[in-house]
Amino acid sequence: MRLELAGITKRFGSLVANDHVSLTVEPGEIHCLLGENGAGKSTLMNVVFGMLRPDEGEVLVDGEVFRPSDPGEAVRRGIGMVHQHFMLVPVFTVAENVVLGFEPTHRTGVLDRRRARSEIARLSAEFGLEVDPDATVENLPVGVQQRVEILKALHRDAQVLILDEPTAVLTPQEIESLFVIVRSLAASGRSVLFITHKLKEVMAVADRITVMRLGKVVGTTTPDETDEGGLASMMVGRTVELVVHKEPATPGRPMLRLRGLTVADERGAVAVDGLELDVHAGEIVAVAGVQGNGQTELVEALTGLRPVVSGSIELDGAEVTGSSPEEMLRAGVAHVPEDRQRDGLVLAMSIEDNLVLDVYNRPPFARRGSRALGVVHTNALEKLSAFDIRASSVESPVSALSGGNQQKVVVARELSREIKLLVASQPTRGLDVGSIEYVHRQVVAERDKGVAVLIVSSELDEVLALGDRIAVMFRGQIVGIVGPDTDRETIGLMMAGSGASAEVAGNPTRPADALPADAASPDRRTDRWSRR
Amino acid sequence: MSSVGTSPRQVPHGWTAPLRRLAQANVAVVTVLSVLSALVLGAVLIIATTPAVLHAIGHIGSHPGRALGLTGASVGDAYWAMFSGAIFSPSVLGHTVSTGHGWVALFTPLSETLVSATPLVLAGLGVAIGFSTGVFNIGAQGQLIAGALAALYVGFEVHLPIGIHVPLVLLAGAAGGAAAGFVPGFLKARTGAHEVITTIMFNYVMLNLLDYLLSVSPFQQPGQSNAISRTMPATARLPHLFGSGLRANLGLVVALAAVAAAAWFTRRSTLGFSFRVIGLNPSAGKTAGIDARRVTVLVLVISGALAGLAGTASLAGTDFFLSSGYGGNIGFDAITVALLGRNRPVGVLFAGLLFGALDVGGRNMQAVTGIPLDLASVIQALIVMFVATPVLVREVFRLRGGGGGSSLQLATGGWGG
Repeated sequence: MRLELAGITKRFGSLVANDHVSLTVEPGEIHCLLGENGAGKSTLMNVVFGMLRPDEGEVLVDGEVFRPSDPGEAVRRGIGMVHQHFMLVPVFTVAENVVLGFEPTHRTGVLDRRRARSEIARLSAEFGLEVDPDATVENLPVGVQQRVEILKALHRDAQVLILDEPTAVLTPQEIESLFVIVRSLAASGRSVLFITHKLKEVMAVADRITVMRLGKVVGTTTPDETDEGGLASMMVGRTVELVVHKEPATPGRPMLRLRGLTVADERGAVAVDGLELDVHAGEIVAVAGVQGNGQTELVEALTGLRPVVSGSIELDGAEVTGSSPEEMLRAGVAHVPEDRQRDGLVLAMSIEDNLVLDVYNRPPFARRGSRALGVVHTNALEKLSAFDIRASSVESPVSALSGGNQQKVVVARELSREIKLLVASQPTRGLDVGSIEYVHRQVVAERDKGVAVLIVSSELDEVLALGDRIAVMFRGQIVGIVGPDTDRETIGLMMAGSGASAEVAGNPTRPADALPADAASPDRRTDRWSRR
Repeated sequence: MSSVGTSPRQVPHGWTAPLRRLAQANVAVVTVLSVLSALVLGAVLIIATTPAVLHAIGHIGSHPGRALGLTGASVGDAYWAMFSGAIFSPSVLGHTVSTGHGWVALFTPLSETLVSATPLVLAGLGVAIGFSTGVFNIGAQGQLIAGALAALYVGFEVHLPIGIHVPLVLLAGAAGGAAAGFVPGFLKARTGAHEVITTIMFNYVMLNLLDYLLSVSPFQQPGQSNAISRTMPATARLPHLFGSGLRANLGLVVALAAVAAAAWFTRRSTLGFSFRVIGLNPSAGKTAGIDARRVTVLVLVISGALAGLAGTASLAGTDFFLSSGYGGNIGFDAITVALLGRNRPVGVLFAGLLFGALDVGGRNMQAVTGIPLDLASVIQALIVMFVATPVLVREVFRLRGGGGGSSLQLATGGWGG
């Protein structure tokens, strides 16, 4: 079956989540949809499944226009989806889960378990999906649960299979066997749409690749025509040329020193792995990298939000490892968080309250436990004009502001303290061009005041425009530090972890491809990357 | 609490302003209409449970006047008894005006309503502070008992002049409740144990601790084999406000002061601000350096202290001794009062007064008309149900706009945490 998306456009207010997205999945093809988080992949899938109605464009199945009104209709039309988070009943058996909703029954209406089992056996054999139909799902490893999900889709006679980030939860071995299954599905004439942001997998499994970025299709290619570096630079884009006017940096003393910093993610896996990095006063170090290589955890450790497993953080000569968020803040770390609505603002509170979220209990904003609301108010009025925040009133909730103005509130608050280090994560995500320029100017101004700045961005353009030095992060480590005049292809390759070139900014780096491929087992790494 | 439990303190602006202002007005309108709807359904219940009325309605074809008259009379009598029992009775007023005597009888209903509302307001404030911070303190009952026990102990064990003794008793009551609130707070901050479970379980611990203490020295009344505590000495009793004939006492002043303090606390204090931030967006609070675990402990301590004061107000104000199951439903009614008051101090005050009036009025209704007191409880429950489903009220009364249910949604939004 042929699935075609023709010029799909979906807007949410001023945000264009999908901008004339077109792609075609041919029968028997494994088509990879590649893009960062927030590139618009999920919106697109919700359109295919009738959860969202496109503002423009059509979905075509075998050339016929298909406008599903709910997911059930898509399933009946032969489109199956394997979600990232499985939709299984844990206490049911494999067979029960597979037939759920489409149960074979005896004439009396009783579930025909034998037929259910034999159908599963047939499908298992046909596609190499080994699984015991009588096992209880909650006892199965994740990889096998995923097979149950695939079986479920096949049982419903799916001719197009959409796999949403199917490898996110799998071990390398499970990923290998998933690829075998996917190939056998394609060989049977079914179409597979494989959604991911992992470059290696795309190169390994895809027949064709469509790359999305910021809601648009950047291009369609094949593994033969490109390599991981090429894909990486497509993913992070090169569409907008950002220009930031700044003088060359005059770095001073080392303000931030990270030595052997190791941080774990929620699941306890190593996310930042013995990272070493210096940021000097008066310079901007921009961390480039594909999302999910430990950037979030690095920032959280620097701001005291996430415990440090081992290694040390030194701020202006003082050891601050293991400090609380408040201690970090008082020590002079400003933090512009990645997700401003979740971590940066209390949306339901007023602009003036949000502007003092970190100093609400300090003079002059409070005295002896009582808030000085007048001072809070005047402060807000000053910040409004100083940071060009467009708001009708400082008493209105910050949720009433546009994204750009919300970000300005965060920036205004963080830059209002005496700071030594500014940590900004995706500081311009989702902002309009004007706000982007404004935020960039503020960042450069802080640098010129002698503040050490660490920017984390998945936008290569931003990294190149802002960074005085660019640190490329891959699998929890800095794999190389290059100058801002380095060409994108080189950085792209480094981001893909497939090799840092030798001429890189004078830093004698060990080639990153010497890293073992398997980052999931840290004890197998014998030789850590080290700088200087 | 003011602007805490509510959705954003929206300041309407732009062309949709009139519409949004209407939506905000709906919060109050919905509450009033909820009370009305509950009274109407209560009337249906009265009709359905009074055989004589049902019989008359059965013969409505032959005697329509009689059926309607009887229906009106029975509903009217019931609600009239409720009103005159809880606010004032016009017939007593007439008597007082003509004779110049009986002032006490005239104000007794109002005084009783205030007495009944006092612990509800205090405990309700405690629950509301928790709700608006995303902490679900279901343990007001246990904290109330802990406060009452501490107050009683200081009452009979310490001998002081009334001017010092009474404040000390109040302080002890608050401390007892605070201690009972600290335990689940500490458990949550340290181990993540959900406060809904620990506070409910702590209720049972306190109920049984009370039963045990009532049967041993020094709490048990000497010479008694029943589970009844010693009584509060005169110096430890809350003074009456309007003479010895009316039971309204200093507890009411404590409750009003607590309302004012809570209003200041949420609007003006730094601690209240941090509570609000953690309640509305814990991750932004943590990022801004607010210690969410400290907030959790403090919320439960303050919440418990208010519940402890509720128990003390009843003990030292009207009851003077403890018995098994002390406090009855006050701990749970406090939750309803907080919800009805939308977690705002002034809202809690009015909700507490309404519930106190329904309790006192319901008792009078039972005495006068024989309609069981349970009807008052049903009406209380219906009011809260209607308030919790503003969509329903808007449908019934054809109101437009949204925003009426925001505080309840917010108050229940943290159950998953």
